[in-house]
Amino acid sequence: MSEHQHHIQLAEESLAKQTTTLNLGPTHPATHGIFQNILEIDGEKVLSSEQTVGYIHRAFEKIAERRPYYQITPLTDRLNYCSSPINNMGWHMTIEKLLGLKLPKRVDYLRVIIMELARIGDHLICNSVVAVDTGALTGFTYVFQWRELIYEIYEEVCGSRLTTNIGRVGGFERNFSDVAWQKLKKFMDGFPKVMKEFEALLNRNRIFMERCIGAGPINAERALNYGFTGPNLRAAGVDYDVRVAQPYSSYEDFDFTIPVGTTGDVYDRYMVRNDEIWQSYSIIQQAIAKIEEIEKADPAQKNIFYAPEADKFHLPPKEDVYTKMEALIYHFKMIMGEIEAPPGEVYHAVEGGNGELGFYLLSDGGRTPYRLHFRRPCFIYYQAYPEIIKDGLLSDAIITLSSLNVIAGELDG
Amino acid sequence: MALTNETIQQKLSEKFGEQLTEWQEPYGMLTFRAPSEMNLKVMQHLYDDMGFRFLTDLTAVHYPHSVNEELCVVYHMHNLVDNVRLRFKVFVPISKPDVFTATQLFSAANWMERETFDNFGVNFVGHPDLRRILNVDDMDYFPMRKEYPMEDPTRTDKDDEMFGRGGTVV
Repeated sequence: MSEHQHHIQLAEESLAKQTTTLNLGPTHPATHGIFQNILEIDGEKVLSSEQTVGYIHRAFEKIAERRPYYQITPLTDRLNYCSSPINNMGWHMTIEKLLGLKLPKRVDYLRVIIMELARIGDHLICNSVVAVDTGALTGFTYVFQWRELIYEIYEEVCGSRLTTNIGRVGGFERNFSDVAWQKLKKFMDGFPKVMKEFEALLNRNRIFMERCIGAGPINAERALNYGFTGPNLRAAGVDYDVRVAQPYSSYEDFDFTIPVGTTGDVYDRYMVRNDEIWQSYSIIQQAIAKIEEIEKADPAQKNIFYAPEADKFHLPPKEDVYTKMEALIYHFKMIMGEIEAPPGEVYHAVEGGNGELGFYLLSDGGRTPYRLHFRRPCFIYYQAYPEIIKDGLLSDAIITLSSLNVIAGELDG
Repeated sequence: MALTNETIQQKLSEKFGEQLTEWQEPYGMLTFRAPSEMNLKVMQHLYDDMGFRFLTDLTAVHYPHSVNEELCVVYHMHNLVDNVRLRFKVFVPISKPDVFTATQLFSAANWMERETFDNFGVNFVGHPDLRRILNVDDMDYFPMRKEYPMEDPTRTDKDDEMFGRGGTVV
């Protein structure tokens, strides 16, 4: 480590310059996370900006090289912590792909319910925060009660709320409880009304529209070149969605549309996310109906919540661990991380809250990955930020940042 | 005609002949190896003539035991029109880890290459701003290389043998 300089040094010619240097972040209330932008502004116009990232870099890829597969799930929680279940499921599916497992339909649909709830939760945060940054606090308070209910559903399924560690390789750790189904029903019954109210507050709100339309635009070509995915890419007019392009977890069974925008500005990103919330809502409805159908055809299916072939990775029920020798042995083997995965090279992508969340896993046949790389959508598209805000207003830069939905955990890995 | 793994392999072989090797299809994704100085040519060809306009991912892997090809840079590319992905790799010696930058073709490569430089020390020749990105600026080693174990190597209770990898990591 070189010696740090402690005296203040003025940049060369800083006294003569006509523009202002503004430090936006690292801990600024409007950045919603720890990242820094050093802006060069002329009045209110942004001339250039320089980003600093890595404030909460935790070296997950390195840590993962020493963790048994099931212990990596909690690391994925902490990537995009606004929609942890999607990260968890993506990681489980990566291992399942490596093992060549195919899950029962009911498990796939249960996963779809959880993932779409997570997407709704993620988009609710992003959209309501865009509104907050434009000065409209009310919508935020409306929808947050319903995000709270989504978290309660997670809690019923897996026991935790924000960093969920939900599900296991091969399915879920336990079946959905009755309370979970009741809470899901409550959500399905009450949410549309509130969402409509939220939309009525903002969608055609003159002030909101004036504020967002034309702010922070990016065209389709630049967005693709910058590696944009998810709602931000779709707002620019490219209909790429991993759920459709490479369906996983039986997404091909569902009927839904991919909303796209045209100009890729803040308003388009907001509208795309809003429409995706409705699409996710419809997917959950379809999933519930499909599960009911399966259970009606064969009541024994009610107890299926994981693939039996995944027994090497799925912890046996606690009562068996206390009474049966084999279950006890498996329990210990798993907890001590003595389960070996076959060698292989897998890339698996899921449609996360912010776009294509990819897992590049290289296994050499050991108990831990030889190399694991997360393709974190935020990290890739956040580098376009200086180009997007250049020559715009400072206040547009703020709402652009929140509408891009940059999540510090995902950004820094 | 929609692209499939076979047609891609055929087209690339016609263009580059024997220079592309180790064709594989793990879990359905076409994978091959290119000579390290050819990475840009291959990428440009994929971009211009075969519609691979999206750089999905760029990262590296360290193989400490393969002499003179210790570092492997892995590219994942995506043709969104035909909906095909492919992966290709270049190998470079750790003593001279020079690979051409992809930033001229993909703006997205900028930070991905910085991250790879930061973690593995791959030198992307021609990169406009090759600095560390996630780790502290005055770090003087490349932490994702295998010679840096996660745990303190002097501790005996956390021997690698207990974690499924016989002996200590070299």
